[in-house]
Amino acid sequence: MSKNITLAFTLNGEPVSIETRPGRRVLDLLRDDLGLTAAKEGCGSGECGACAVLVDGTARLSCLMLAAQLEGREVITAEGLGTVENPHPLQVEFAAHGAVQCGYCTPGMTVATAELLARAPCPDRDEVREAISGNLCRCTGYVKIVDAVLAAAKAMRGEEP
Amino acid sequence: MNADVRCPHDLAGLWPLLEDGAVVMAGGTDLLVRRRGELPTVIACLERIVSLRGVGEEDGFVRMGACETHARLLLHPLVRDCLPVLARALAVLGSPLIRNMGTLGGNIVTASPAGDTLAPLYALDAQVELASRLGTRRVSLDGFIAGPGITRLDPGEIVAAVLVPLPAPEARQHFEKVGRRKALAISVVSLAAVIRTDREGVVAEARLALGSVGSTVIRCKEAEESLAGRHLDRESLLAAGAAVRREIAPLDDLRASAAYRRDVAGNLLLRIIAATP
Repeated sequence: MSKNITLAFTLNGEPVSIETRPGRRVLDLLRDDLGLTAAKEGCGSGECGACAVLVDGTARLSCLMLAAQLEGREVITAEGLGTVENPHPLQVEFAAHGAVQCGYCTPGMTVATAELLARAPCPDRDEVREAISGNLCRCTGYVKIVDAVLAAAKAMRGEEP
Repeated sequence: MNADVRCPHDLAGLWPLLEDGAVVMAGGTDLLVRRRGELPTVIACLERIVSLRGVGEEDGFVRMGACETHARLLLHPLVRDCLPVLARALAVLGSPLIRNMGTLGGNIVTASPAGDTLAPLYALDAQVELASRLGTRRVSLDGFIAGPGITRLDPGEIVAAVLVPLPAPEARQHFEKVGRRKALAISVVSLAAVIRTDREGVVAEARLALGSVGSTVIRCKEAEESLAGRHLDRESLLAAGAAVRREIAPLDDLRASAAYRRDVAGNLLLRIIAATP
């Protein structure tokens, strides 16, 4: 039985300090201890992408990370991408394009594509498809998701829709 | 999950953990899936150890730190330009999320016959640098991997780096993976080929490694020798494909039958000429 540790990291721009077991899954830490339920558990084994979060700007699977790994890191969850008042262009376009049906995959989709748009502001359709190839959606058939990401990329470049 | 998890910043901080029986974790994409809900007592994460990262050229070798992630390797010009056979495998490994986490060293120590980087590394005659408190040693990759999930890693030892002799710039490098789908697929068969031809197009040296067709990746020496001294054409590749089918030892599993794997493995060789301009 391990001792608890005091873990300090940045979560959606705010410093966090929390006492936790070092082997706790990051997904559980976020959802159960910190109340951020955007990241979802689909498979728990890295195959569905529903639990994706940004760690130091890189999209990673929070079901395959342990709490101790977060020490000093900067974590952004889908909640941190934007707010209802000030949404991220991806969130605007997902809503506008009907890219959300049941919504379970949406947080992971927006996190994976936020990473894509940060590194590739002008992706083509194939690049978007590649970027979400680790995120399963069982409702939409992906077409509207890809449309939404391309529209968000356009908006972020300041171009007319 | 009650494991104690340590993230040492250097190797000096790692050795005492290993002496106390800590289990090593690189990217976690295999360890945490295998151990779902049931973690070892102490986990030593390698991700903060800077000396296990970096890619560079060293005495005729490309040296890749064992804890480089697949995504970072894929972006590196030395990997993209000098080792396209490896780059192509990295590009189809897992998914972008897995590639952001999984590492080259982890793929090696997992030692799955379907490990996507392994066939290219076998075809590139890769060596692994093993490090422990006592120092380092270098062994060939195919000597290091002894069976499915089995390596010759000693207790207290880790894979620190992978070294690949720089292939001749004119060598033809080819990789193809056959899977049930494009992303997140465990390969049914994979082929990595590194083939050097002379000015007249005659094969001087061929290295062929096949994945998912035996208990480890298999270098098909008979097929390699059958290509030597010949032009790369349909006839020579069909003959080499027949040799490949004799040398591999595929199994039936839920992804494909042994017979299918044997057929595809031989046929994949023809793509070596189909895929080049």
